[in-house]
Amino acid sequence: MRAIKYILAGVLFGIVMVKSEAVSWYRIQEMFRFQSFHMYGIIGTAVLSGIIIVFAIKKLRLNDSSGRPIVFADKTGSWKNYLFGGLIFGLGWALTGACPGPIFVNIGYGYISMLIVAMGAVLGTYLYGVFVAR
Amino acid sequence: MPEIFKQPWPWYTSGLAIAFVMALLLYFGKSFGFSSNLRTICAIAGAGKHTSFFNYNWKRQRWNLLFMVGAIAGGFICSVFFKNDEPLSLSPATINDLQKLNIPFDGQLNPESLFGTGALDFKNILLLLVGGLLVGFGSRYAGGCTSGHAISGLSALQLPSLIAVVGFFIGGLVMTWLIFPFLF
Repeated sequence: MRAIKYILAGVLFGIVMVKSEAVSWYRIQEMFRFQSFHMYGIIGTAVLSGIIIVFAIKKLRLNDSSGRPIVFADKTGSWKNYLFGGLIFGLGWALTGACPGPIFVNIGYGYISMLIVAMGAVLGTYLYGVFVAR
Repeated sequence: MPEIFKQPWPWYTSGLAIAFVMALLLYFGKSFGFSSNLRTICAIAGAGKHTSFFNYNWKRQRWNLLFMVGAIAGGFICSVFFKNDEPLSLSPATINDLQKLNIPFDGQLNPESLFGTGALDFKNILLLLVGGLLVGFGSRYAGGCTSGHAISGLSALQLPSLIAVVGFFIGGLVMTWLIFPFLF
């Protein structure tokens, strides 16, 4: 039964993604054209409250549900990877209007053609593993 | 279903809810990052036999696959029970811009002219496949996607995540403003 909590967290995530309209191709276009505050408001609120949550966890030395301390691993690696990887990701994000989470939420919503995007994303991950991460 | 459940949520509710999902996963002892599932799928399919990048104990990522299954179910639940009957309230400026690119605004979440099963010609299939490929390749190259970098990473004040998010936006702007006119 430990599995169910992850499924329920995913269900909540899926509902949030649809109700916020962050799964919408149109909303992503609106964002990259700076024609609405909507997506910036969503990401901004999420990050600001996220910063407060992480700060509180560190300050109060909170534990997770199994009693282990919650730790935040520093991200290491070359800035080039983050910048150029991010750039490639952004090209795909604007074209498909979907980042990895929303790709799958959209499939559940009934957008069958998002399966093609999902296949492309798995293939892209595979190509990265074969040609770059060696 | 009462009208209130069908309406879209304002940005502040949505943002708070996303942070809540991140906090929930932290409480479960996990880290919010969706694109790891793409790597896990490759590992399950057997890519680890010849590529070391996929040769790891993916079973430790089983929780994330369950999260993914939940996300698909969440999308399904919304389309069955909470579907918004009103057209999406997209900015008139965006509607106008897209009209010029021959992408008519139809009030749905995604344009039928690109995602509709009736519109799946060779060009659209290729665009969706290549778009997905860039998302998958780029998220692994950058070590994370919107959830891992923009939400988890920025919340933990990680400079690499800020660099990645700047990259996301440069890529998105280049696609939208420079490449779209040649594609549509």
